[in-house]
This record gives sequence, structure tokens and C-alpha cells, in this order.
Amino acid sequence: MDLFQTIIAILESTIRVSVPLIFAALGGLFTERAGVFDISLEGKMLGAAFAAGAVAAVSGSVMAGLLAAILISVLLSLVHGYASITQRGSQIVSGVAINFVVAGSTVILGEAWFRQGGRTPALSGDARFQTVTLPFAEAVKDVPILGPIYSDLLSGHFILTYLAFAMVPFSWWVLYRTRFGLRLRAVGENPGAVDTAGISVIWLRYRAVICAGILCGFAGAYLSLAMSAGFVKGMTAGKGYIALAALIFAKWRPLNIMLACLLFGFLDALAIRLQGNPLPLIGQVPVQLMQALPYILTVILLAGFIGKAIPPKAGGIPYVKER
Amino acid sequence: MSDIAIELRGIDKSFGLVHANKNIDLTVRKGTIHGIIGENGAGKSTLMSILYGFYQADRGDILIDGKKVTIKDPNAAIASGIGMVHQHFMLVENFTVLENVMLGAEGSQVLNASISRARLELKRLEHEYALEVNPDALIEELPVGLQQRVEILKALYRKADILILDEPTGVLTPPEADHLFRILGQLKEQGKTVIFITHKLREIMAITDEVSVMRRGEMVATRKTKETSVEELAELMVGRRVLLRVDKGEAHPGEVKLAVEGLTVRDSRGVTMVDNVSFNLRAGEIVGIAGVAGNGQSELLEAISGIRKAVSGKVLLGGAAIDVTGHADPAELRERGLAHVPEDRHHVGLVLKFEESENGILGYHRDKRYLNGAFLDMKAIKADAEEKIRKYDIRPPNPRLKTANFSGGNQQKIVLAREMERNPEVLIIGQPTRGVDVGAIEFIHKRIIEMRDQGKAVLLVSVELDEIRALSDRILVMFAGRIVGEREPDATEGELGLLMAGIEENREAAE
Amino acid sequence: MSNPYAKLPAWAEYGLIPLVNLVVAFLVAGLVVLLVGENPLEAAYHMVNGAFGRGEYIGFTLYYATTFIFTGLSVAVAFHAGLFNIGSEGQAYIGGIGVALVCLWFDATMPWFIVFPLAIVGSALFGALWAFLPGWLQAKRGSHIVITTIMFNFIASSLMVYLLTRVLKPLGSMAPQTRTFEAGGQLPKLDWLLSIFGLDIGNAPFNVSFLLALLAAFAVWALIWRTRFGYEMRTMGHSPSAGRYAGISETRIIIIVMMISGGLAGMMALNPIMGEQFRMQLDFVQGAGFVGIAVALMGRSHPAGIIPAAILFGMLYQGGAEIAFEMPSISRDMIVIIQGLVILFAGALENMFRPAIGRAFAGLGRRSAPAVQTGGA
Repeated sequence: MDLFQTIIAILESTIRVSVPLIFAALGGLFTERAGVFDISLEGKMLGAAFAAGAVAAVSGSVMAGLLAAILISVLLSLVHGYASITQRGSQIVSGVAINFVVAGSTVILGEAWFRQGGRTPALSGDARFQTVTLPFAEAVKDVPILGPIYSDLLSGHFILTYLAFAMVPFSWWVLYRTRFGLRLRAVGENPGAVDTAGISVIWLRYRAVICAGILCGFAGAYLSLAMSAGFVKGMTAGKGYIALAALIFAKWRPLNIMLACLLFGFLDALAIRLQGNPLPLIGQVPVQLMQALPYILTVILLAGFIGKAIPPKAGGIPYVKER
Repeated sequence: MSDIAIELRGIDKSFGLVHANKNIDLTVRKGTIHGIIGENGAGKSTLMSILYGFYQADRGDILIDGKKVTIKDPNAAIASGIGMVHQHFMLVENFTVLENVMLGAEGSQVLNASISRARLELKRLEHEYALEVNPDALIEELPVGLQQRVEILKALYRKADILILDEPTGVLTPPEADHLFRILGQLKEQGKTVIFITHKLREIMAITDEVSVMRRGEMVATRKTKETSVEELAELMVGRRVLLRVDKGEAHPGEVKLAVEGLTVRDSRGVTMVDNVSFNLRAGEIVGIAGVAGNGQSELLEAISGIRKAVSGKVLLGGAAIDVTGHADPAELRERGLAHVPEDRHHVGLVLKFEESENGILGYHRDKRYLNGAFLDMKAIKADAEEKIRKYDIRPPNPRLKTANFSGGNQQKIVLAREMERNPEVLIIGQPTRGVDVGAIEFIHKRIIEMRDQGKAVLLVSVELDEIRALSDRILVMFAGRIVGEREPDATEGELGLLMAGIEENREAAE
Repeated sequence: MSNPYAKLPAWAEYGLIPLVNLVVAFLVAGLVVLLVGENPLEAAYHMVNGAFGRGEYIGFTLYYATTFIFTGLSVAVAFHAGLFNIGSEGQAYIGGIGVALVCLWFDATMPWFIVFPLAIVGSALFGALWAFLPGWLQAKRGSHIVITTIMFNFIASSLMVYLLTRVLKPLGSMAPQTRTFEAGGQLPKLDWLLSIFGLDIGNAPFNVSFLLALLAAFAVWALIWRTRFGYEMRTMGHSPSAGRYAGISETRIIIIVMMISGGLAGMMALNPIMGEQFRMQLDFVQGAGFVGIAVALMGRSHPAGIIPAAILFGMLYQGGAEIAFEMPSISRDMIVIIQGLVILFAGALENMFRPAIGRAFAGLGRRSAPAVQTGGA
């Protein structure tokens, strides 16, 4: 295979692995910009993936699966909201708890209901998302350079893939161009300003965590209904934490999030590709280094060595009126 | 139509055991600037927060334009035409002026239309009230004076007819304050009603039409500004002299124990809080620093005790310099004989979740007498605590009780016992009797005098003028970060009050 | 004020509230059991029986408990200084390197009682080093310790895969693990301890590191409540402003506390590596670091609470295996659910039942404490 094709193939799989990261990181964007830290992206995504796989398998409908994914993920968000907004508990502890509860329940329920070692039955046909071929993909296939880029790299993805990338400008628009977004960003910086402006801090934050629930629902559904044909236990495999890292790495900005997710996705794709193959000039790069790179980069960023990641000012602090 | 903008009837509010507002009546006429004056903690801010819907009154009615209203949240207040400029600005720092003004009053779901509408409206307001500010500037890049202007614009943008300003000049420079007064005058001319809360007499005299005085949660008087005087207001604010009788002999000041030279301290916002302060403190005397809260006393104490870095200046403790502009270590200062009773015992002087005996060694926990090597000597700590409990009559006499469960007076005794029993050369005390029951006050005062008689140098900061006058051998008055005068303890209350209000100083400057 | 419900008696604070949280967590877990069509009471019976029914079962329960004591202490120490160390998992993992290196070097030449102390030092050292960096970053650069420790968990995991597949694996072997240690790298079992009670340990890997865990619990108690350093870290944890007033260096406290926390987590590695598997395998920590969070929250960060909480989780792990055997539709993942629920109710929702319990006490106890809080208005 020549180099160009290899690059196309790596980029194609970059896009594929980036999609759940983008959904989840955008979800995290909504809650964290509203001042609620959310390390339960992983759990929400996993719960959604399971719900999607289970319902799609039973109903045979991919849409029913998607809806179930969103429903479960939103429910988990509400638990997080209840603990951290209403009960003013620790947002971190609440997130950790949700991740465990989901990690355990998906296996138990999956095994009990389907008896396939924690998997849901393999999906096919209408129970699974199909890839979409963009118009003229076949026709332009043989045009040099641009042809493969269009037909192989950009065409032939799932509808959720295109949705994920569409969500990036949409999230930007919501956050920066709507009333809801203005208030949401305000509540993450200075809830007092929002409260004195006559807006309910609590309801606003609940809406933010619900947004995260919906987006993580898409992320989970993508995993079990598109990327794979069904749910496999523990299938998020830390993607929620990578998304969290991407969110921080992107300094809580939508466009940066897409770029960070693509970067982390690219590292992942490259790692798989490089397994056992030495890189020219550099020689053998341990796969594990590639896998750890997103986290290492995030730590370096957090340490303030490459720019400074300044989280929303009111993040992590439950809102209590003075006195 | 009545000419009364707001009427409060019998407003009553308690927070736990603190009775913040006691049966308050207040009438504010339309188109006037109505001042509300009182010392810190008099209940002014609570009253205004009730009016703005931040708190609910336990009892009482609010009438706006003669109609009884229920203000259950800020939304209702805004709907009733009330706008408020908070003491701590309620602005989103990384938003633009325009975004802050719009927040909560955007009009439509999508911002595009609201932004252009807000821009126009802002232009109009700027024009009408001479409130120029760049709508696209970020708040964090604006000076405090302009940030405040944004707060006023926010209220006007919401079509407020009644504007409440809570201690608006606290963060302003004098020229900025003057500008604010011009703006308020303009607002009055346009028919707006302004409620102006302050503890500064000069401001009341300068701009208000009427003034109401609050003291200890009560509304004690309302006067037409023209018909009253600074002296009368000062007396109303502080109250008739409560005779504090402290038996105290003559002072025998010795050598200088603490020398402060040209000390300047800024707070985290960069505002100068202590401005080139110099004074000496001698062995065997009590020097009291009088002043209305927020005039730099807290920062002065913190800088001397090594908690807060000073910008410039020198402090000599027993003749040797303290590195106040660098790494002064509070623990080291203690070893050198400086004891410090901080103003805020809940967050600074004590760890409320600790047992009483544990707080008895806070700051002295490196002392060998409490240690066996790296280990705490529990027996010694307990014995020490029991001795102090006996000597200071701390109740209940249980060294294992959590500190949060002691009353304010007993908590203060825990701190005092710790700091006084170390036999320090210099003792600095902030607000020795704040939130302390009457019984304990006398005891605490006696102990402070005893310290002096033992030849200790005592620096006392208090917002209670009575206390300063009763205990001090010399009184320094602090205003706006500077020491504006020194008086003997027999100076009259009025004289001190004027100094504290920064009036005397202005007269002297004018002459 | 800082704690509006501060007036519960100690036994309610440390006994009743954790119990209520636990009961609720079990009730919700019971619902999950119902959801999979099984009888929760039967599951509970199998769990208790599986954990305590035989000497061997008890041995396994205590073996797991040993691990959780270490990680629970690790999380708790950090809590006392106001730090949330989610990184015990990674610190334990890296701590394994210290254990493995000592064993690989000395196992053939030295007896276990020489190797063991060296391995303790090794494990604590490696764990502490892995915690040093997040601590340093928090203290000096203000990087949020929760996020950095999460990141360090993943970095540790990648590093260990690399080491076990490339460096520490014996030549010619395919499995990602070190060679099996000789006698010097194997800890003796505590069969004699159980036999005192007439129990037969069977195959259970209950070993001397349990005694080390108890010792560590005592040492942590002494450190927190009986040393100058413990006093300083508690002051910092409760009130940083009081800490500054007392002249305590926040930087120093954060870094040292994190290293102690990491050291305790690292010592956890002794139990599985020298006590059970006699080699270092991939993923030997198996989430014990996270269990530590639950254990610390339930034990209210006090060693006297952590030991029973660790035994409880040991029971869940061992009894869970029994449930999985008797009731195939309930796998050991049930424990993970319960762990999550305990964290939720004892941690994030700790204030949900407290006001009600507090009111109940206020209603009961008319012999009121002289608790008067006067706030500055």
C-alpha cells in the first residue's frame, strides 16, 4: 500500500474513533461551562451504549435504540444533577459513583437478559446504523488525490458521524449565540450574577446536565449501534476520560474540542497502525506511549507549560446564596 | 398617584440567633436620593436584600407605589422596577459589557436581534445619563469605577425606577466617587428614586435628600439631610454612650516594641488598603486603632502578623525587622514574641471542627512543650488546655468538645488564652469582643488591661468606639487606609466620629 | 457556617450514618437483583455464606480486605488534608514495580523476612513517587489534583503494559508478567491466625501483609491525630486560612501528604504480588484503588472505620464470587454496583439523610448541648 493510501486509511479511522470523543466532550462542555464538573462522561456513555444495544436488539429498531441511549444517559445526568446541584454534594464523588454503578449494572443486566457473556445480541439490518455514501462518491473515486479524499475519507461514514461534526458548530452557536448559552456560560463563571438577574441557577444547571446527557447518549449509541454491532461489556474503555482530557486540553471551547478529539483520535489510530511497525527516522515507538500521549499532553497543559487551561470559575462549587 | 416610591412596614428578619432586622419601617419618596447609614453589621444590607428578593422577611410588608407586593425573588423585584448595585459586583468577568447588561433581559431566544437592540438601548442610556462605557470591553479589563457603571446600566436597562446602591463607594477612588455622585444626581433629575447605603457620613451629607439611620438591626431615625448635621448622625449611628467601665490605672509606657514605618498594603484586586502608615507601639501601653470597618485595619493587622504581604514599608519587632514585603512567617513571628488575636475567629483564629484543646495550640504546635519529638504530647496539650479553661473560665470546661459547639464568647476566650498565655512582648488584637456575649466582654477587657500592666505592648483594633475609648491609652484613627489623627482617650465621641468619617481631615486640608 | 449539622453524637456520626448509607446502597442493589429476576434475600444469604461460611472463605475475605485497607487509608490520608486522590489505583499499580524489583533481585538468595521489608520500602517508594508529581503540580502550579491523578492512572496503566510486555517479562515468555518468584518472594500465610479460631485456611492467600495493613492503619491513625505533621495537615484540610495564620506551608503539606497517600497505595501491591500470585501480572490492582474511595468514604476517613469498611468490601468481593457461582445471572460485577452506590450515598449524597437524622436527635435530646453560634452580622 502506498503512503497516500496509508494516510487516508489512518485519517479515516481517526474520524471513526473521534466521533464518541466529540459527542462526550461536547456533553462535558455543557455541564462544565455551567459550573458542574463531570467525570461521569464515561459512565453515561457506557450506560447509553448498553441501553442502545439492548433496546435495538429487542425492538429491531435503531431509532428505538438511540432513544433509549439518550433516555438512560439523561437519567444518569439527573442523578449527577440531584447529587451535585440539589444536594450540593461533591461533584467529583458523584461522578465517580455513577461510573461504577453503570460499569457494574451494564454487565449484570446484560448477562441476565441476554446471557452472552455481557454482550447484547449482534445487530444487523434496521437494528444498526448503516453507512451513508455521499453523492457522487463512486463517480469521483478515481480522480487523483481529491477522489480518494472524498470517497474514502469523507464519504461512507455513519449518519451519527456527520451529526457529531455538525454538533461542533451547533454547540458553538448554542453557547455563544443563544440566550440559553449566554446564561449557561454566566452561571459557570458567577452564579451570583445569574441569580441577581432573576434567573434560577438550579434550573439552568439542570438544563446543562441534561444537554450533557443527550450528547453522551449519542456517544454511547454510536459505540454500540454504529461502530460495533451491539454492546460489549466495558466497551467505552476509558473513552469518557479521554473526552474529559480533550475537553480540558481544548480549554473548554467547542472548536478546540473537535481538534483535540481528532488529535487524540489520530494518536489512537496511529497506535493501532504502528503496532509492531517501526516509524521512519524515529524507529520503534511503543504503542503504550501513543496510548498514554493524550493524558500526558493534558497533564502538561494543566501544569501550565503550554498555555494555561483556566476552568470556569465557579466549576466544582455548589451554589449557596451568601450567608 | 402617591409620591411614595417604597414603604416598608414592620420588616423583621433573623438568621438563626442573629436578629438582623428588627421591626423596620421605612418610607422613601419618589425622585429623591434616600441615604441609609449605619455601622457595619447594623442590618442595612440585609434590609436591602429583602427588598431585592434575595431573602424573605420573617414578618412585615413591602409597598411599592402604595401597593402591597410580595417580592419572592430578584425577578419579582426587577418586575416591580427595583434595580440593585451590589457591594460585590454581580458581573461575569470574562463577558463583555453588553453581555452583562443583557444577561437575564435578553428578550429573545437567539441573541442576534437582542444584541443589536441592547446596543441601541445602551447607546441611548449612555447618552441620557452620561454613562459612557465601551459595550464590547471585557469586564475584567475595566477599572472598578467603570464596572460599577455597568451595574448601574444593568439596572437601567431593566427599566428600574428605584435604584439601590449598597456601599457603592467602598471600592472607588475619590474622583470616581465624585463621578458617581454626579450620575446619581442625573438619575434623580430624570425622576428615578435612589436608595444609597453607606457608612460614610460625608457621602450622606453630599448627595442625599433624606437619611435613615440604622443601628444594631433597628431603624433609629429618619431626617431630612438639610435639617440634620454630621454630629447628630454620628451620634445616632454609634448610639448614646454605653458606659463601659473599665478600671484601669495610669499607663507607664516603656521602650518601643513595635515600630511601623511607611507600611503600604494592597488587596487582591490591587486596591491600596493601607496607605503609608507609620506608628510606634511601646511596652506597657494600649494603642487603639479606631475607624469604620473596611478602612484598612484588617489589612494592617494581617501585614504585621505576616499573613499578608505588604507592598512597601518596614516593621520592626523589638528592634529587629520583620520581612513584611517578603516571606514573613507567622510561626517565626510568634517565636519572636508577637501574639495575634485575629478579627475572624471562625475562619482564621480557630479551626471550628477541632477539639478545644487542639485549638489551644494552633500556631504554637511546633513548640517543644507540646511535642515529644515529632509526636504531639497529648498529656501536655490536655493539661495546658485545662489550665487555660480554668484561668479563663471557658465553658463548658471540656477540652475535648468540638470548638464549633462553644458560644462566641467562649470561642474568643480560647483564642485569647492561647495568645495571651504565651507571655508575648507584643499582642495585636482585632475586634476582641465581636459577637461576644456581654458577660465575656468585661472579662476580656480586664485581661487586656492586665496584659498592659504586665508591660506588654498591645495594639487594639475595633470598630466599637466605646471599646477603643475605654481601653486605649492612645487612639489612632484610620480612614481610607491612612492614619488621619491621634487623640487622647478622653477625646469626645463626636471628635473621633468626625475623624472616622474623614471629615476633620478634609477641613484641615481645606484650611 | 461551615457545617450546619455538626451536632450529632460520635456514635451517630461514625456508626449510624454510615450504616444508613450502607442500608440504602444495599436496598438499591437489591432492586437490581430483582430486576434480573432473582431473590435479593437469597443473594444476601449466599454472600454472607460465601464470605464467612468456611475458614477458607474467611481467608479470602480477609485477603481482599488487606488490599482495601491499604487503598482506603491512602484515600483517607489525602482527604484529611482536603485533597481528593483518585490516583490510588495508578499509585498501587506503580508500587508493584518496587515489589517486583526487590523480589526479582533477592528472592533466590534471601529469606522472605529479609525480602519483605525491602519490598515494603520499594512499594511505598514507587507509589509515593507516582503521587509526588500530581502533588507537586497541585502545590506549585495549581493543577487540579483530581484531573491529574485520573490522567496519571491511565499513564500508569500504559507504562505497566509496556514494562510487563517489554522489560520485566522473562525472555521467551508470551504472558505479560514477571517470572514466578522463588521462596524468598513468597509471603507466609496466616493459617496459624485462623487456626486459633479453629478455622482451616485452605487455599486462601491470606498472608502476613494483613498484619502490615493493620500496622499501617495504626500508623495512619497516629500520624493524623498524634503527630505535629498530622495536626498541620488537618488544619490545612479544615481551614486553609487558619493554616496560613498558624504559619503552615500549604505547598509542603500537599506534597508530603500526596507522597504518604501514594506510598500507602503502593504497599497494597505487596498483598497480591507477594501474597497470592508470586509474580507481577498485568492489571493486578483490579480497581482496588477505586474501592479505596468507597472504603474511605464509608469509614469516614478514620482507620477504625476503614478496617471494618475494608472487611465489608472484602466480604462483597469474596461473597460476590459465591453469589456468582450459586446464581449465575449475578456476576461479581454486582460488587462494582454496590461500590458505586456506597460512594454515591456515603459520599455525594452524604447530606441527604443527615438533616433528618439530626432532626431526630434534636427532637430526642432535650439535654441540649450549650451550642450557641453567634455570627458576625
